[in-house]
Amino acid sequence: MKKTALMGMAMVSLTAISLSGCSSASNDDGDPSGEITVLTNRTDLVDTTFADYAKTFEDKYPGTSVKFEALTDYEGDVKIRLNSKDYGDALLIPSSNVTKDQYSSFFEPLGTVDEMSEKYRFVDAGAYDGQVYGISTFGSAMGMVVNKKVWADAGVTEAPTTQEEYLTDLQAIRDKTDADPYYTNYADGWPLATLEGNLGATQGPEVRMEMAEDDAPWTEGTDQYKIDDLLFQTVEAGLSEADPTTTNWEESKNLLAQGKIGSMVLGSWAVSQMQDAAEAAGASRDDIGFWPMPWQVDGQFTSVTASDKVLGVSKNSDNKATAKAWVDWFTNESGYAESQGAISPVKSDPEPDTLSDFTALDVQYLELAPDPVGKEALLTDIANEAEIDIFGNTYRQKLIDTARGAADGDEDSFFSDLNDRWAAAQEKVSE
Amino acid sequence: MTQLASPPEVAATVTDDGRRRGTRPGAGPAGRVGRRGLRVTPWLFLVVPLAFLVVLTYVPVANLLWYSVTDWDGLSPVKEFVGPENFVEIFTRPEIFQVFFVSLFYLAGAIAQLVLALYFATLLSFTTRFSNLFKGIIFFPYLINGVAIGLVFLYFFRPGGTLDALAALVGVENTPQWLGDPGVVNTSLAATSVWRYMGLNFVLFLGAIQSVPSEQYEAADLDGATSWHKFLYIIVPSIRRILGLSFILAIAGALSAFEMPYIMTGGANGSETFVIQTVDTAFRFSKVGLASAMAVVLLVIVLVITAVQRLLFPDEKKEEAS
Repeated sequence: MKKTALMGMAMVSLTAISLSGCSSASNDDGDPSGEITVLTNRTDLVDTTFADYAKTFEDKYPGTSVKFEALTDYEGDVKIRLNSKDYGDALLIPSSNVTKDQYSSFFEPLGTVDEMSEKYRFVDAGAYDGQVYGISTFGSAMGMVVNKKVWADAGVTEAPTTQEEYLTDLQAIRDKTDADPYYTNYADGWPLATLEGNLGATQGPEVRMEMAEDDAPWTEGTDQYKIDDLLFQTVEAGLSEADPTTTNWEESKNLLAQGKIGSMVLGSWAVSQMQDAAEAAGASRDDIGFWPMPWQVDGQFTSVTASDKVLGVSKNSDNKATAKAWVDWFTNESGYAESQGAISPVKSDPEPDTLSDFTALDVQYLELAPDPVGKEALLTDIANEAEIDIFGNTYRQKLIDTARGAADGDEDSFFSDLNDRWAAAQEKVSE
Repeated sequence: MTQLASPPEVAATVTDDGRRRGTRPGAGPAGRVGRRGLRVTPWLFLVVPLAFLVVLTYVPVANLLWYSVTDWDGLSPVKEFVGPENFVEIFTRPEIFQVFFVSLFYLAGAIAQLVLALYFATLLSFTTRFSNLFKGIIFFPYLINGVAIGLVFLYFFRPGGTLDALAALVGVENTPQWLGDPGVVNTSLAATSVWRYMGLNFVLFLGAIQSVPSEQYEAADLDGATSWHKFLYIIVPSIRRILGLSFILAIAGALSAFEMPYIMTGGANGSETFVIQTVDTAFRFSKVGLASAMAVVLLVIVLVITAVQRLLFPDEKKEEAS
């Protein structure tokens, strides 16, 4: 019993010490030194590639040390931690729920848009009101990862140019091979969310504002309709996996690599992962291809490019100088984008070879226009109010359930329900 | 240090039952110091648990009540007071309450779980071969991390997975998609919950049953009672209280089912429960105010059910007194 009481007292005093220990001198503009904590979503790389990065960085700036915290549910965890002051020194800015007008409350400005955009791509992704708060870690082009061998076995060697052609091709894969023509990755959810990255593929760079002002975005002709209609038709025709609820992302990479899946709609960042999986499975890296979405404007494919997460510096960091040095080094010298087969944020870096198919097909790249000042949160606000997570996966899971007959309704009723909710939310947000 | 050292000694006499206090040597001479220590010591012991209780339970609940009348989005520094608007929204949108239908599956599962746990606890409280092994097997799932169980059962339920293979062994070929078929998914998930949580009920029941004095069984044996009679007239009345408690917990658990469906399906395919919906509302759609109001509604429902249960099945003490 003595022990318990002593331990209790010890705990109380320990808490007091740790609480009072928070205030130490901060290093805002000095030379990089001391320890920083970097939050990352790459749980798979944190002990390997990132550990090497930390070492190189520490060699360049002696006296510094970099500690990583890898979070599996990055978006969810960091969003909650932003309520405290403890969210690392350098971190990826959560994209799903922090709106740009909130950036200045949480992150350090890193420079103006004008000066940054001379050197970097995707500057708008982490900018608000002319200030840049986060620099892109890498960029991706949207399209579909395909196993070319599977498509060739079904007699298709050319990327489909229309939705009809695409569905016919998938049907051919279904009929002539054992592969699932398409894989939804329904259970993991986030691959469904990436579909939204195709917004703008035919409507052009202003699509976000057009959608925010449209009271029925799920109407033929819009990109939103094209994205969801393509998925609905694919699933309804039985061209996706039999039981979507038990899918598994890690496994899907192997299945595609081994030719048991024909295609998945993803960003170009996925290509190198699939190629690695193909190699590990004893197949050829060349089996994996990356094709544009089956929509053309004036006979030309367009692929929407977008930044992946952007790297910023915490406003509450007490070692901003080192954190900024890390952001700068990570962007310019780490070679992270190249190692991911992705588009580098640095303009002078070359195009990745994962996009060689795009070069051959003469695909146009498109970067979405930044939202006008004062309207940065508009699209997200409407979506949240309508409880349609266009940048999430819940409503697309319902869409797949409807398409495969596991939920009531058909495509028309599903889309008109979305349109009704969208219009109602739009009205409420504009109040 | 002297202050620290002396109170625990006195505390020992406090925690012991009253009769022994006087007989303890040294309790008398401690005199005034001891008595003052008597008042302070229990609180000293309670500082840490009370601090945890206040910081981790009461403060969040108070915050929850406050959020439920605001339109907070989870990040914004301003929380605008909106009055009962969130509660009005909950009661005027039928789809919010529809998900309680899913809870019925978990309620049925919970009842099955209680019955099974009681059955095994009774069986294993008597001399049974390998009884310790079986106790271990039944309790083991409760010790496993929920995420691990979710992953294991995802493989178990997938097409061509373990369950289908087992079914094929006994000649059943046309199995449904255990998680993919909207008519089956909730049953599968509820069954997983039963597997996971039955061990806890089992241990509670087993403990209660083993506290029944063995003389009662011997007397019953002499009177020629069968096992069923012993169960009905000795065991059930002896463990009434723990049965009642388990029942409340089962209902509350069914209404707030979350872990298994969230890990396994994320609430997709018609398996969304009220708590999943609350979490989605708060963190997916950034409506923390509305979600807090939903949590308050759930809290009230559970409180009401508990009150009703207490009315229908009052404490034993009352009966003894009458």
